[in-house]
Amino acid sequence: MGNLNIISRKLTHLDVLESEAIHIMREVAAECGNPALLFSGGKDSIVLLRLAEKAFRPAKFPFPLLHIDTEHNFPEVIDFRDRRASELGERLIVRSMEDSIRQNRVILKHPGQSRNAFQSVTLLDAIAEFGFDACIGGARRDEEKARAKERIFSFRDEFGQWDPKNQRPELWDLYNARVHPGENIRVFPISNWTEMDIWQYIARERLEIPGIYFAHRRQVIRRGDSLLPVSHLVWPRENEQVEELSVRFRTVGDMTCTCPVESDASTLEDIIIETATTRITERGATRMDDQTSEASMELRKKEGYF
Amino acid sequence: MKNIELLRFITAGSVDDGKSTLIGRLLHDSKSIFEDQLCAIEKTTKRRGLEGVDLSLLTDGLQAEREQGITIDVAYRYFATPKRKFIIADTPGHEQYTRNMVTGASTANLAIILIDARRGVLTQTRRHAYLASLVGIPHLVVAVNKMDLVGYSQEVFESIVKQFEEFASGLNLRNIIPIPISALAGDNVVERGSSMPWYGGETLLEVLENIEIDHDINMEDFRFPVQWVCRPQTEEWHDFRGYMGRIESGSIRIGDAVTVLPSGRTSRVRAISTFDGNLVEAVAPQSVTLLLEDEIDISRGDMIVKSENRPDLSKEFEAMLCWLSEDRLDVRRRYLIKHATKTARIIIDRIACRVNVNTLEQESGGEALSMNDIARVGFKVQHALAIDSYAKNRATGSFIVIDEATNNTVAAGMMI
Repeated sequence: MGNLNIISRKLTHLDVLESEAIHIMREVAAECGNPALLFSGGKDSIVLLRLAEKAFRPAKFPFPLLHIDTEHNFPEVIDFRDRRASELGERLIVRSMEDSIRQNRVILKHPGQSRNAFQSVTLLDAIAEFGFDACIGGARRDEEKARAKERIFSFRDEFGQWDPKNQRPELWDLYNARVHPGENIRVFPISNWTEMDIWQYIARERLEIPGIYFAHRRQVIRRGDSLLPVSHLVWPRENEQVEELSVRFRTVGDMTCTCPVESDASTLEDIIIETATTRITERGATRMDDQTSEASMELRKKEGYF
Repeated sequence: MKNIELLRFITAGSVDDGKSTLIGRLLHDSKSIFEDQLCAIEKTTKRRGLEGVDLSLLTDGLQAEREQGITIDVAYRYFATPKRKFIIADTPGHEQYTRNMVTGASTANLAIILIDARRGVLTQTRRHAYLASLVGIPHLVVAVNKMDLVGYSQEVFESIVKQFEEFASGLNLRNIIPIPISALAGDNVVERGSSMPWYGGETLLEVLENIEIDHDINMEDFRFPVQWVCRPQTEEWHDFRGYMGRIESGSIRIGDAVTVLPSGRTSRVRAISTFDGNLVEAVAPQSVTLLLEDEIDISRGDMIVKSENRPDLSKEFEAMLCWLSEDRLDVRRRYLIKHATKTARIIIDRIACRVNVNTLEQESGGEALSMNDIARVGFKVQHALAIDSYAKNRATGSFIVIDEATNNTVAAGMMI
């Protein structure tokens, strides 16, 4: 009779995904000499922080948080980033693309140009500066077709490059994190999560997220199929009208290329319903930089992008 | 919020069998394709001078693959229905098939093997079925595709199923589910259609949604490989010493008598701690922190098990090894094994025999293994490992081999 209530409840898909991610984080901590966790203040990396709490509390995280700041970020997100790091009592390292620009390591064609692609330079510089051998990131395989083919432990050579043809086989949950000096591993604990899983998890864990993920009034410009948020970096071209609409962001990134969608979703429950019924992919709706060519993400990754 | 389960599956077959069309059909008919994706493949279909929407383009590859005419081994795809969330490991059918299928299959609950109804059971079908059995996939769907091209004939379907079952009786396949489908027309994939009224079984999606997966994990033998020892050493927690890991199989309760391997020291479970509070019991595959009643020396790589149910502890073992690397096995090189959370040096003692995956015949061992070879191999390990047979326990019977010089993963093994 003693065995009757051994399985007291069924594990759900979120329980299984969560446990997989915790397992991955602990493997990184154990196998890598000097890892960092990439934290931007965006929803995926907010989930990563909760998973790190689940993996390592009551101790501190065995790695610092690292943010590569394009300085094209939404101010609400940066405020949130700093507040969350200090609430957790964890060390946050910020490296700014402005430094890379000042050192002529990044040369922009014009000041308003999207900076997403250039994050790689600043990231690789930060990796070299601190000697990180692993960076934990919040990328998901459902985001994009280059991501769909990437390993959870993704090996990068000494130039920071991803070679899609030459990836290490990854079987069962046996991860190979071994690198030579100068090489590193990018680790994606939430590879198997979808946008819907992320929202369900944020709701389940009652995680705080920056306000721009919820519906709010904002001045926007219609350009092509996208809505561009008006800011000091984005203003109307000739013949373009500024409209004020109720919008929310599905992703947050560089203000010059991250577009909101029209929405009245003001609670997490609303967002989950909207996510369940939307007919447009997350990046398709919101990222101008991924629409440039069919292979944009693949090319950026080969150059050292997350 | 609704709680749904997670099912991982692999699709085995080549483009010619209609594999891409089948995945496209599953995603499309379960409404998992977004308008912008549909738009993009419509454009591509048109650009290639075809009409309509070619669903196989949904699984189209990367620029690097198109340019070089290669296919990267595994792509992962996701979809969900109100009942379950699904992860598809989509592996290309032709070259390096063994390596790709073993990789994709290693985490799968279920495999779909595609057979072209016009061609029946082929060498490739036998190979797929053998690999599914080698990797111990619990459920196997035999999808006889292109039924539209054989007039939806019940006889054709039944004769293929009979052929398959005869051959598969020699393999270790627990649960075989044959389904007649047309991925192109959609019959029996998501919608039943009206062309095969003689088929009374479930559609493919119904199988994926309903198949029982609770027993896919070993729930008998408690195995807890220690990943990380948590010692906060803060004022508040200065006595805290927790062993962190994931329960790979079985379950554990407070008060259970445990043994730590390889040391053999014993204690009892004092607490099962998580970020969300303490538990009375925990089950695979939960990640937890175990606290023991006694202070004993435990570190990463050790395994905590129930004292009444211990695995073998051994420095020698035999395994089925699948060689994955382009560099051949060289017995003079140094190799490492990663087994659960333990990494140790190994020596490859002897290659007992090799399996020809096309004929399933055993051949004599020889000295070397090259990519895609499968062989029964004897190993000697530097430190004793807590060993279960793979047939009994997928999590603690599996391992990878790493080349110490290149750091590459060169082989995958299943303990016998």
